[in-house]
Amino acid sequence: MYDGKKIIPGLIIFLGIVTYPIWHNTVSGKTGYVPKPKIPADKKECVEPKALIRVNHKDLLDDWKMSVVRSGIRTYQASNKKIYTMSLTRTCMNCHQDRKEFCDQCHNYMGVKNDCWDCHMYPKELKAEVK
Amino acid sequence: MELNRRGFLKIAGLTFLGLAAKPGWEVVSQIKPMESSPPPNYFSGKKWGMVIDLKKCWEAEEGSMESINACHRIHNVPSFQSIKEEIKWIWTIEYEKTFPEHIHDFNEDEYKGRSVIVLCNQCDDPPCTKYCPTRATWKREDGIVMMDFHRCIGCRYCMAGCPYGARSFNWRDPRPFIKKVNLEFPTRTKGVVEKCNFCEERLIQGLLPACVEACKDKALIFGDLNDPHSEIRKAFHGRHVLQRQPKLGTKPKVFYIV
Repeated sequence: MYDGKKIIPGLIIFLGIVTYPIWHNTVSGKTGYVPKPKIPADKKECVEPKALIRVNHKDLLDDWKMSVVRSGIRTYQASNKKIYTMSLTRTCMNCHQDRKEFCDQCHNYMGVKNDCWDCHMYPKELKAEVK
Repeated sequence: MELNRRGFLKIAGLTFLGLAAKPGWEVVSQIKPMESSPPPNYFSGKKWGMVIDLKKCWEAEEGSMESINACHRIHNVPSFQSIKEEIKWIWTIEYEKTFPEHIHDFNEDEYKGRSVIVLCNQCDDPPCTKYCPTRATWKREDGIVMMDFHRCIGCRYCMAGCPYGARSFNWRDPRPFIKKVNLEFPTRTKGVVEKCNFCEERLIQGLLPACVEACKDKALIFGDLNDPHSEIRKAFHGRHVLQRQPKLGTKPKVFYIV
């Protein structure tokens, strides 16, 4: 190989730079990071079972939105026959008071962007604004 | 081990069956989709309307501000200082601009310059909804012209379509311009059109619209136009009833009595 003395170190440096994000995260321990959404300690149950909410909360909120805005129906009968008000602010955020501790944990981790909070408020935000 | 054709097919078949077991189980064991409560007929048979008694309005000086403030407070309507960016749900304009076709030489002195409270007319034949390319605005069965802020793309065709200027556009984030945010109603965001919703969120709770409730002089009367015994229908008797620009054929459901 011509110029092997230059090419091989050059390749090693190149690979080092390209794989920088991987070993940087490995060294700083970020690869083991798992999002930790904070569950309110005093509240025992969600609107629907945890497994269902975890997968389908987006569809649930979408259905609620359609139902409230389009059909004017504001109550939701959950699978356990309990009746809930269909409201992000008053029902969901009544327990999960701060989106930064709950919603954003997974959304940020997964790189999910949503624009709920452009319009909808949550109690913690309002308290901060009043101060 | 010698593998003949028959043996190979047996093993291959069993392998595929094994691979199919997990997805197959998932299909069978899938959690049932959520169902919302059956939709009762909330809207049918009703036709909400409003009557504004201009005599009562004019007798009480500065009365309209109570209604305007009440509406803007509960609906998180921002107060921008510039007229260009102003968000209007309910506001006042001069008599001659409200009813241009009723102006003639002999009534001018009496009515000239008097302020008239105006809001979205909740037209029975609304032009705005026909322009909306995303169906973000539509007429509900009970006659309320609704807005779905989620769906609005901010094209402002509806604003061009509304002959009453009842729709406003958010040129910038309105939240910093709201004095005190009401948690019960969402704020809007940049790039969304908004207007009066006849307090549909209050009607469903059995409450009157905020402007009607706030008006101490009972100049605003709200009710079901389809019910011949309603207060609103009784208010029509023996009075001269005006609508804003009726010749346009939009059939406003906000009436003015003088």
